[in-house]
Amino acid sequence: MMEIIKVGMADLNVTCYPNALTTLGLGSCVGVCIYDTKIKIIGMIHIMLPYSWGVKNNTNPAKFADTGIPLLIEKMEELGASKKNMVAKLVGGAQMFEVTRSEFMNIGKRNVEAAKKVLQDQNISIVAEDTGGNYGRTIIFYSEDGRIEIKTIGKGTKTI
Amino acid sequence: MNLSNSEINEMYLDVLKELGNIGAGNAVSALAMMIGRKINMKVPVVKMVKLQEVPEILGGAEIPVVGILLNVEGDIEGFIMFVMSQASAHLLVNMLMGTALNGYSEFTDIEKSALMEIGNILAGAYLTALSSLTGFKMIQSVPQLAEDMAGAILSFPAIQFGETGDTALYIETEIFEESSRIVADFFLIPTIESYQKMLRVLGVA
Repeated sequence: MMEIIKVGMADLNVTCYPNALTTLGLGSCVGVCIYDTKIKIIGMIHIMLPYSWGVKNNTNPAKFADTGIPLLIEKMEELGASKKNMVAKLVGGAQMFEVTRSEFMNIGKRNVEAAKKVLQDQNISIVAEDTGGNYGRTIIFYSEDGRIEIKTIGKGTKTI
Repeated sequence: MNLSNSEINEMYLDVLKELGNIGAGNAVSALAMMIGRKINMKVPVVKMVKLQEVPEILGGAEIPVVGILLNVEGDIEGFIMFVMSQASAHLLVNMLMGTALNGYSEFTDIEKSALMEIGNILAGAYLTALSSLTGFKMIQSVPQLAEDMAGAILSFPAIQFGETGDTALYIETEIFEESSRIVADFFLIPTIESYQKMLRVLGVA
């Protein structure tokens, strides 16, 4: 029986077929979804911030793109996935409020950029993305084929 | 002081509770004056929540909520944010505009500006309380409103707090008007520097 496993904010998880991973109400955070195209192992991380350096209390690696994504890959490898077969999809990175000041104005965009940079450094290609905008997203990531169902309020549902 | 909100001690929480209390008291008086009716308030609940739990605060990450955000500038810089359920937001609007609640429909532009005005008044009252306690000058910006999933709206304060630690300061204010119950969550999010400044003046840091 398929189980849908929740990934919280600043959290990550991995699973294999037939299970799915979900994270609810992604706003400025980014859901990085990685899957092994040969074997049905998937991993998801819900990152809040781009980089851990310069941040006090950076003890939770899953909070940041730079420390979280490599950790996610490691966890997938422990399950038997292989990095050379991994591809990624990105969802989220919205700008919920038009903030006029501070470096936080583009935190969503900065999260997306950081996730892309880290994935590039890891030699993992991004095959699909649904990022930006000013609305929240709930995602379900299926191990069966790596598809992601994206639900929004008032903007319908789509699959990438 | 090496600021991390996971190291917040009891004394610090007490000060924040008191601030929340005075601020909310001020805000409720202002609101009562605006709608010309008596409003009661519960003592605000002030607590630290784990970041992972933030999206669940309002009863689930996917619950549609209304968020009102204001910038704060001056001696103290940061943000003020109010979050409430759609039902609470409707009750507030109805109180303000004297209309009856006939089920949920989308907020009209006038209702949205009414909500933003409420945000303005509440923020102003909080800041006035804070200002008279600390002597700091604080100026609030024009409010912004967003309606979306609780998780998405709350990711804003969560990310701000995420820079300093793994927990968020959360103040829940509950106000009553006869049979109506409105619950508003309130986040005061000063920059790290402003946080330290404020605590120093309050004699905590």
